[in-house]
Amino acid sequence: MALLRIIKPGLLTTIQDRGRFHYQKWGVPVAGAMDEYALRVGNILVGNHENEGALEITLFGPEIEFLAPGLVAITGADLGARLNDLDCALWRSFRVRKGDILQFTGLRSGCRAYLAVAGGFKIPEIMGSKSTYLRGSIGGMDGRALREGDELENEIQVNNINLTVREAPPAYRYKPANSQVVRVILGPQHDAFTQEGIMTFLDSEYKVAPESDRMGCRLDGPAIRHKNGADIISDGIAMGSIQVPGNGKPIIMLADRQTTGGYAKIATVITPDLWKIAQAKPGDSLRFTKVTLEQAHKIYRQYENNIRILAAKFNGANGTRPE
Amino acid sequence: MYERAKYLPAGDQGLVVEFGNDISPELNNKVRSFAFALDCTGIPGLAEYIPTYRSILVIYDPMVWKFESLVTRLRELEGSLASMKLPQPRIYHIPVVYGGEFGPDLPFVCRYTGLTEEEVVEIHTTTKYLIYMLGFTPGFPYLGGMDDKIAAPRLDTPRTSIPAGSVGIAGRQTGIYPVESPGGWRIIGCTPIKLFQPFNKRPVLFNAGDYIRFFEVTPGEYRRIARAVEKGEYPVKVEDYIGGVG
Repeated sequence: MALLRIIKPGLLTTIQDRGRFHYQKWGVPVAGAMDEYALRVGNILVGNHENEGALEITLFGPEIEFLAPGLVAITGADLGARLNDLDCALWRSFRVRKGDILQFTGLRSGCRAYLAVAGGFKIPEIMGSKSTYLRGSIGGMDGRALREGDELENEIQVNNINLTVREAPPAYRYKPANSQVVRVILGPQHDAFTQEGIMTFLDSEYKVAPESDRMGCRLDGPAIRHKNGADIISDGIAMGSIQVPGNGKPIIMLADRQTTGGYAKIATVITPDLWKIAQAKPGDSLRFTKVTLEQAHKIYRQYENNIRILAAKFNGANGTRPE
Repeated sequence: MYERAKYLPAGDQGLVVEFGNDISPELNNKVRSFAFALDCTGIPGLAEYIPTYRSILVIYDPMVWKFESLVTRLRELEGSLASMKLPQPRIYHIPVVYGGEFGPDLPFVCRYTGLTEEEVVEIHTTTKYLIYMLGFTPGFPYLGGMDDKIAAPRLDTPRTSIPAGSVGIAGRQTGIYPVESPGGWRIIGCTPIKLFQPFNKRPVLFNAGDYIRFFEVTPGEYRRIARAVEKGEYPVKVEDYIGGVG
């Protein structure tokens, strides 16, 4: 029996888990949640494995009817979620009953929200992942965004009575803002840029361009100068790589990025700051500040440990422990 | 090729092992050896890697590895490459129907090069192309070795949609589009072989380091092969490439 039905699909609602790994050597993009932090926390709040698929909801969200009782959580952007016309708390799981209507009534802050459901979604894994890769038409719901009338079932039937409502402590809830400072590690090709070009990159404010999508966040702002042109011999692209084509305008490569590319990469966004990019919408501004790799690893370990602590806090007895 | 590889950070989870800064079969073979060594060694805390023309991007878990320790471990691996026995590269024989509706740009390539259609096809099917790397779209092979005689510039305005299987020329490169996508290459033919089958256990046909050789088929043979491919009953002819870079 289906858990929910899509009444209106919203602008772009897809199923995403953490991504499709191990196939990049064959040119298959990772896809996956743009904001892996919000996805993982959402899954923890409903007692799922952190890698379970959830709905990634972009800017203008869907209208959803629940066809069975369940426990759900919304994390990430504040897109005005209301259940039966009452505001929903974010970063906190809540129960839904058969016949409840969840609507996203309008953008308040951020860009992408995640709806995780206890028991996950019954979606076939393709190359080990439920993530939707739109350009390749694979994963998720037949390789496409959700449409009116789509119904989704639980992967695992959960006894909702035993599931407790969980709330992420305040320190775990970020606040998307219209302007963010993003930490980066320089390289791997910062040598391809003039000293002045690197200073331009680190000292300027960049605005998110409207052509941004799941593949890349395109930025408008002062052009970054190369020493001898933008082209390199095509090589691998990591999540958060910032490539600079000939026009000098940086592009942050994201979930649906191609695996390889031929533009010089000036820097890479650190993993714990990727949510800031995922939550930046067209018109928002970003500034970049550099950290050393050593600092970045310290920040990364803190970030990862915090998520583990949150999971451990709730999963003491497989999520069935009363609070 | 560098004396010793460069180890460059690509963010907090990526490490680029760069062996040089040019495109050559010897350098690419070093990349292939390193990738093969990674496969054989099974170093813990490595998620995956992307081998390319002259470097390899390794994705690692920073909860397991410090950058310097990983570099030390990978330098050891680099040091052992000389004694590495690589499997023989293989040649995939790929059927292509040239010209007509399957290769709308073949007349352009003829005009541009001054060759006849038969001559272009003859040259295109004579060469063994090294698969330097896979990227761009799932299963797209970056091929090396095309004869300059059939080189032709890209379209001024890329087509919005090129069918899967299209075989094209762009400058001195040739390649096959694995999935329908936009593109500016001059399309000279089409293969019924599927390069990307996401539901297969092995979703991508080619491996970097192997070779492709094209052979000409008629439109009738194309349709027969296409039907067999649909049923999973067309085995692509593959043989060891004795004398390849191995």
